[in-house]
Amino acid sequence: MAVVEVNKLTKRYGEVEAVRGIDFEVEAGETFGFLGPNGAGKSTTIKILCTLADPTSGSARVAGHDVVRERDTVRRNIGLVFQDTTLDSYLTGEQNLRFHADLYGVPKSAYPGRMRQVLEMVGLWDRRESEVATYSGGMKRRLEIARGLLHAPRVLFLDEPTVGLDPQTRSSIWEYINDLKQREDITIFLTTHYMDEAENCDRIAIIDHGTIVAIDTPEALKASVGKDRVQISTADDEAAIKSLRDHFDLDAATHEGLVTFSVASGEHFVPRLFAELPVAIRSVSVARPTLDDVFMSYTGKTIRDAEATIGDRNRLIATRFGRR
Amino acid sequence: MTLTTEPPTLTDAIRVAVPERSLRHDMRAVSIVWRRELIRFKSDRLRAITSLVQPVLFLFVLGTGLSRLASRGMPPGVDFRTFIYPGVLAMSVLFTSIFSAASIVWDREFGFLREMLVAPVRRWAIVVGKCLGGATVATFQGIIFLALAGVAHVPYNPVLLLTLVGELLLLSFTLTAFGVMMAARIKQIQAFMALTQMFVMPLFFLSGALYPLNGLPAWLTVLTRIDPLTYIVDPMRHAVFSHLPVSPVALNALSPGITWNGWLVPLGLSLAMVAVMGIAMLGIAIAEFRKTE
Repeated sequence: MAVVEVNKLTKRYGEVEAVRGIDFEVEAGETFGFLGPNGAGKSTTIKILCTLADPTSGSARVAGHDVVRERDTVRRNIGLVFQDTTLDSYLTGEQNLRFHADLYGVPKSAYPGRMRQVLEMVGLWDRRESEVATYSGGMKRRLEIARGLLHAPRVLFLDEPTVGLDPQTRSSIWEYINDLKQREDITIFLTTHYMDEAENCDRIAIIDHGTIVAIDTPEALKASVGKDRVQISTADDEAAIKSLRDHFDLDAATHEGLVTFSVASGEHFVPRLFAELPVAIRSVSVARPTLDDVFMSYTGKTIRDAEATIGDRNRLIATRFGRR
Repeated sequence: MTLTTEPPTLTDAIRVAVPERSLRHDMRAVSIVWRRELIRFKSDRLRAITSLVQPVLFLFVLGTGLSRLASRGMPPGVDFRTFIYPGVLAMSVLFTSIFSAASIVWDREFGFLREMLVAPVRRWAIVVGKCLGGATVATFQGIIFLALAGVAHVPYNPVLLLTLVGELLLLSFTLTAFGVMMAARIKQIQAFMALTQMFVMPLFFLSGALYPLNGLPAWLTVLTRIDPLTYIVDPMRHAVFSHLPVSPVALNALSPGITWNGWLVPLGLSLAMVAVMGIAMLGIAIAEFRKTE
């Protein structure tokens, strides 16, 4: 059953089309990732799904309810963790949760147990009486995840859940998220521009310039690129590159001091390489395509290139409409 | 004694069914938004003290300093500080009320406003909670200043004190509603502070807090009648002087009431106008916060 259904969704800010007609579905229990550079339309889409912005055209349903017509019902069924913190740092962790419980109408009888459960899940039970101002960045994010789960939503939206955190904290946040999947019957919808994070998702939609260019499991997406990256270290790189071109019809180049080329099913190619390449090979490595390669093959650029050009578009939106 | 409470096993998630939206749920939201203001006020004692500085300066320094000059115009036996006390009391809640509303701008800047705006509650509940919270905090502030009444020779009469607290509550509510209405539009804290400062001092000076409302030049008469604060300072002064043993002549000189072209505005109408204004601004604020992107 689809928990999120999106139909021909568009969102226009004046002349800028942030989302240009996207369609997709997210199944119950999935961890679904929106992967794309900043400004690709990820946050706009998530805002619409969370009822924070109205679509220009098209429709979206979350937990079976229309995000425009049944706003309150949608809101009751979703939990949100935003890019920027939305905690009151003058209140304690527990007071923040209490505030949330009252706003969401969590039954008073269920609150104490549930509060303890979510706080223990993110390892903050012992710190519940400290002011949030004394928390570290990672603790704040964990508290926000706990708060997003407090009212037992059917879908948890995580907008760039680990942006601005150090690598160690990032991986610990992911441990909590994966753990959560074991414990709760929940669908997770997240946006990210980190390739390694997208690997944690069951399915990924790659979004660029407001359209979805590919949508599938990370494995299938990588398989669709078709080629593995092979890097060899040889006695004579020039000769090796020439021989690869003449003999194998492969376009090789030196990257990071290694002869690098792409080839379908690299591990089967390596024995041939040893047998037929007239140059001595010192070492060889075969790498499966990464999501970087996937992004590259669908959009023709790396995600970092894309961010550089999209930055300009973003500034256009920002100057016209103010940052919200 | 050992106290062992078994923590809930994490494997079976506690079932939480969030109920349908109802008025009771909205009231619960009003209450928690209101309580948050109180919690924050309690943890911010510095603010409680610093916002007393200005009214204390006005009453004791300005009031004492000017009383030597002003005493010539005062009926015998009446202290100038007693005369300005109700106005300065109103001032003591002026800043606190508007700065409580400023917390909305802070909340927006620090993201907490978003947590409130995505909740499945009506926006009015959040705006009303905020206004009531600001009004309560400001009234507390006023009550602290009220404790100094004796120094200005204002009697600690229970009826008088209750009347004044009620009037302070009304004033604080209207001022907070004004601030919240502004905060709905103004997104930067600096702009908010600058704009409210620009309003606050003229409101205070034109309210008749420091001088009687009769016998003024025509232009000032008009301006004082336009100032909404006038319509709360006058009833407060009336309350104070009706609890003092002063002659009718003195009363007429010091607390003549508000006149519109010679017609004396009844106290009830005065207070009702302030209340209506507060409710109208609250309505505008709610409409502003209802808008979605």
